[in-house]
Amino acid sequence: MSASTHDAPMGAPHGEDIGKRDFLKLIAGAGAAVGLGALAWPLIDSMNPSSDVLALSSVELDIAPIPEGSGITIVWRGKPIFVRHRTAAEIKSARDVKLTELTEPAADKDRVKAGHEAWLVVIGICTHLGCVPLGNKPTDSRGDFGGWLCPCHGSQYDTSGRVRRGPAPINLPLPPYAFTSDTKIKIG
Amino acid sequence: MPGLHKSEFTNPVVNWIDTRLPVFTMLTKEYAVFPTPRNFNYFWNFGALAMINLMIMIATGIFLAMNYTPNTLMAFDSVERIMRDVNYGWLLRYVHANGASMFFVVVYIHMFRSLYYGSYKAPRELLWMLGVVILLLMMATAFMGYVLPWGQMSYWGATVITNLFSAIPLVGDSIVTFLWGGFSVDNATLNRFFSLHYLLPFVITGVVFLHIVALHITGSNNPLGIDPKGPQDTLPFHPYYTIKDSVGIGVYLIVFAVLVFFAPNFLGHVDNYVPANPLVTPADVVPEWYFLPFYAILRSVPSKLGGVTLMFGAIAVLFVLPWLDTSPIRSARFRPIYRQLIFVLVAAIIVLGMVGGHPPQGIWVVLGRIATAYYFLHFLVILPLLGKLERPLPLPESISSPVIRKGGGPLPYGAAAAPMEKN
Repeated sequence: MSASTHDAPMGAPHGEDIGKRDFLKLIAGAGAAVGLGALAWPLIDSMNPSSDVLALSSVELDIAPIPEGSGITIVWRGKPIFVRHRTAAEIKSARDVKLTELTEPAADKDRVKAGHEAWLVVIGICTHLGCVPLGNKPTDSRGDFGGWLCPCHGSQYDTSGRVRRGPAPINLPLPPYAFTSDTKIKIG
Repeated sequence: MPGLHKSEFTNPVVNWIDTRLPVFTMLTKEYAVFPTPRNFNYFWNFGALAMINLMIMIATGIFLAMNYTPNTLMAFDSVERIMRDVNYGWLLRYVHANGASMFFVVVYIHMFRSLYYGSYKAPRELLWMLGVVILLLMMATAFMGYVLPWGQMSYWGATVITNLFSAIPLVGDSIVTFLWGGFSVDNATLNRFFSLHYLLPFVITGVVFLHIVALHITGSNNPLGIDPKGPQDTLPFHPYYTIKDSVGIGVYLIVFAVLVFFAPNFLGHVDNYVPANPLVTPADVVPEWYFLPFYAILRSVPSKLGGVTLMFGAIAVLFVLPWLDTSPIRSARFRPIYRQLIFVLVAAIIVLGMVGGHPPQGIWVVLGRIATAYYFLHFLVILPLLGKLERPLPLPESISSPVIRKGGGPLPYGAAAAPMEKN
C-alpha cells in the first residue's frame, strides 16, 4: 500500500520531502528485512546436519572376511551399504547382459573399481520407495537375476545392482568409496 | 446481526479478505491510527520490548527443543552437544538463557513504570492483574527451563523449589510427591518440566493477548497520569510510537548482544556445568538473579511455613495493589511523598536481591528482615494511608496544555487527526 503515500493526506508540504520519506522507508524496510534474515539464519541452519552427524560421513571396512557369493550390510550416514563379494559366474552374468535390455543402461565395469571386479558396493535402498532389498545372504531370495529382491513391491536387481524388473526407476546408486588396500575400503 | 464488513481498503485482495475477516481494519485501528497519549517517555517502550523478548524466547526455544533430550541420562550431554556440535547451537542456547534474564529485566522495568506512574489504578486494574498473572507464568516457565540442562544447580534448584510445597500443612508431602512423580526429583520430574516448559510460553502468549486487549479498551496511561481529553492530546500509534519503540528495541538488542557475545555466562552459575548429582548438594545453592529478592524473603523468617507464605504473599499483594493504593492520583510526579517512597521500595528490593545472593549469616539476616518488613509495610500500610494523608501537587489541565502554554510549536503533522495514511 506504499504507493498510496503520494496522494494520502500526509501533510508533507513539498514534493522533495515525499521522495525523501519514501527513500527512508525503503532503506528502513530493507535494513529490517536483512536484519530479520540474519536473525533467522542461525535458527534455520541449526536444522542442518550437526558436526557430530557430519563426523559419521566416512566409514572404513575390512572386506577380507566376506566369503565369495555373499554380501554384508554396513551403515554409512545412517543408510545401509551393500558390499558384495561376487563369484566369477555372477560377474560374467552381469557383463554378458546387453545394455539395451536394461531399464537404466550402465556397464558393469563402470559400477565397480578396476582391478577389484569381484567387489560391488551399492547403497542398499530400493530406488522405488526406500525399502532395503533382500539378497546379501546366499540363502535370501535374490529374484530372477541373482542380485537383490525388494520385499516391498518386488523390484529385482541383478548382480551389478541394476534394476531389471519391477517399479524401481533406476539402478541402486553407488556411494563414493575407494580401496585403501586390497582388503580395505573406505566409504565416504 | 451478522454481515460482511464494509472495508475501506482499495487493494482488491486486501479488500476481499478484509470484507470477510476484518483483520486489516483491526490492525489499522489498533496499531496504526490507535490514539496514543502524545507524552510517552522511554519507559513506555518496555511493553513492546517484552513482546519482542517473548517472541525471541519462543523462536530459540523451538529450535533448541529439536536438539534437546529430556532424559536424566542424556539431558546434560544433549545440552553439551547443542553447544559443540549443532550449527549455531551455542548461539541459540546463549540467546535463550540470557533472553530469560533480559525478559525479567524488561518486565521488572515495565512493572516499575506501572508503579511509578500509577498505571495499575482504575480503570486499568484488570490490565495490571493480567500482568501479574504473566509474571507468575514467567517465573514458573523460567524455573522449569533452568532445570532442563540437568546440571547441579538445575537439580538442586528443582529440589528446593518443589520442596516449598511441603510447607503446606497435612497435604504438603503428598503434593511434593505428586509434583515429582516419584520420591525425589528424577526422570519423571524432568519429563513433565520439559512438557510444561514448552506449553507455558503459549499460555503466556494467550494472557499477553488479553493484556493487550484490556490495554486497548482503557487506552495507555502516560507520564502525567491524566486522561487524554481529545485529539490534541494523542498521536496515532504509527509512525510515532512504532518509531519510538524501534529506538528502544535497538538499544535493547545492543545490551542483549553484549551479554550474549561477551559475557554469556555472567548471569549463570559455574555449578550448572557440573552434571546433576542427587547425592551431593553444591556449597551455595542460589537461584537465578531474578528470583533473589523472593528467595531472600523466603529465608527471612525462621519458619518453614512462614517463609513460604511470605514469599507467595510478596506476589499476592501485587494482585490487590489497585485497592491497597487509595490515592486517586496516578503519576508519582504529583505525589511528592510517594515519589520518594517508591525509590525506598526499589532500594528495599535491591537489598533483598543482595541478601538472596549471600549465605544467610550475620548482617545479611538482619538486612533481609528489615527489607522484607519494609516491602510489606510499603504495600499494606504506607499505600493505604498515604492516599489519605498526602497532599498532591496540582494536576495540569490536559496533556497538551503545559506544552502549548510554554510556547511549544504547532502540532506535528497528523497529530490532530488520525488519517488512514498507513493502510
